[in-house]
Amino acid sequence: MSLIQSKGEKATRQGFSDALMELGKENPDVVVLGGDVSGSVKVDAFAKAYPDRFFSVGVAEADMMGIAAGLALVGKIPIASAYGEFAAGRPFDQIRQSIAYSEMPVKICASHSGITVGPDGATHQSLEDMALMRVLPHMTVISPCDYLETKRAVKASLGITKGPVYMRYFRDNTPMFTDESTPFEIGKANTLAEGKDATVIAAGLQVWEAVQAAEELLKEKISVRVLNMHTIKPLDKQAILKAAKETGAIVTAEDHQIHCGLGSAVAEYLAQSMPTPQEFVAVNDTFGESGNGKDLMKKYGIDKDAIISAVKRVLKRKK
Amino acid sequence: MPQSNTQKLDHKGLEEMARQIRRDIIKMLLISESGHSGGPLGVADIFSSMYFNVLRHDPKNHNWPERDYFFLSAGHLAPVWYATLARAGYFPIQELTTLRKINTRLQGHPAPAYTHGLPGVEIASGSLGQGMSIAVGCAIGLRLDKKPNRVYVLHGDGELDEGQIWEGMMTASHYGLDNLIAIVDRNFCQIDNRTDKVMQLEPLSDKWRSFGWNVLECDGHKIPDFLDAIGKAKEHMGKPSVVIAKTFMGRGVSFMEDDYRWHGVPPNLEQAKKALSELNPTEFGDFIEFDWEKELVTAK
Repeated sequence: MSLIQSKGEKATRQGFSDALMELGKENPDVVVLGGDVSGSVKVDAFAKAYPDRFFSVGVAEADMMGIAAGLALVGKIPIASAYGEFAAGRPFDQIRQSIAYSEMPVKICASHSGITVGPDGATHQSLEDMALMRVLPHMTVISPCDYLETKRAVKASLGITKGPVYMRYFRDNTPMFTDESTPFEIGKANTLAEGKDATVIAAGLQVWEAVQAAEELLKEKISVRVLNMHTIKPLDKQAILKAAKETGAIVTAEDHQIHCGLGSAVAEYLAQSMPTPQEFVAVNDTFGESGNGKDLMKKYGIDKDAIISAVKRVLKRKK
Repeated sequence: MPQSNTQKLDHKGLEEMARQIRRDIIKMLLISESGHSGGPLGVADIFSSMYFNVLRHDPKNHNWPERDYFFLSAGHLAPVWYATLARAGYFPIQELTTLRKINTRLQGHPAPAYTHGLPGVEIASGSLGQGMSIAVGCAIGLRLDKKPNRVYVLHGDGELDEGQIWEGMMTASHYGLDNLIAIVDRNFCQIDNRTDKVMQLEPLSDKWRSFGWNVLECDGHKIPDFLDAIGKAKEHMGKPSVVIAKTFMGRGVSFMEDDYRWHGVPPNLEQAKKALSELNPTEFGDFIEFDWEKELVTAK
């Protein structure tokens, strides 16, 4: 049995770019801010098509976040774009005070998140961004899994009119495996594969890794449910509780530090509602290094094989 | 162009109002037993001028779309802002007794209207250096909509140590935001010491000028001088303007004036009594009368 097919590869950041082009046409209030990396974060197409609504702010992410807040204050829909590290890490205090505390409906769109940024090395690999953004009150945190889901998430984020949204996605071309018929609703996890022995709750690129892991495990007669937890905050508690009750074992998987990301969010909730054996597939409290995305995922233990091992470990702990 | 929905005061009225605001600040801080004295007293003339002469605003309709936007980047100056907003009619003046107390709308540093519901506060401030960028975003947004509203942002001079302000200054001049006017409270004092001891800012006007701004200097305690500078700033096209207003921290209270040690502390009972004795009562009246013998029992 083949669970899900991928239909070619495309970068999630391209999904962001394509969403912007549609939004530019549909909504005159959409304004995009660029920080001298327009080509990399893919806001260049919007800048070209809608030059009056694109503002270069220079290499100045703190300023960018404040400007976004000011634009939101007068009714614009500002989209601030930067690499994950410079979208969440560098301007954290600006996001905290001027955007989150002030409940400004700013969209912070972070490309180049996670270790798969690759060759640029640890300085550019944001492995802490979900932690930083998740801890902020009023913040919505989204980590879509492929090109189309990123595009849909960006467009759906306009529906959040109170408080900001942080969205993280990736640099590399990655498998496309969702389509328009795949359910997508912010705050609602999507079950990609049914299973009874354990549940893998994944976000971002690890969703595809989890699908592949589930397929391999099936050959060993291990039936795994795969949940695409694209929204890290607010968490879909119902889906998590259901998975814990029905499968009794949880593996979380993400391209992020092991602390304070998706795995922690799931554990925090289950500890309070239904303590369940859980294994964490994440970067284990270390910084990354240069290399290509796939090699790094393998070396740092966040690929399909790591998920398979984690499932086997958690099954041993299952009562 | 729609005019302000508040009555404008003349120079004498603005001076009276500034003195009343100073009296309010002393009383607020005495009740709260916490908060900043020096900075707020130093900018009372500027706040009086802004809210009773310069700004287009409507205290009874604080989200009036035609309003000018005012951002207090130096959020610790909150007491002078709250007193001014109350005097202008944004909220009941008795609420000034609640500064920094539990369940108050008058947070230690200005809290967003969305969260705490204080009319007149557009966005949070307190962590320094963020107001310029917000003002820039606001000014860009207004210009996109071809709206005539002006944007004002007030910075402390010590606050200019924050690099984000200079990022925002570059952006403002890059986009030629002549609907933006910054005001610098140049009192030469910050928490640790005088500004030249903590971090040299001079030549300050030259720095702003070199960042592409139209620079105006004035005496921040001479109301006609300040209004004149703002008037010139409004007329200047093609560039953002900054009014560098020279002030004295603690203005109006002899033992606080020009002394950086009064940056972040409130007066005690004796000091408050002395301060109020130096600030004559005005026609506007105090928001609370203390029973000095009972040492504020009723007020607290």
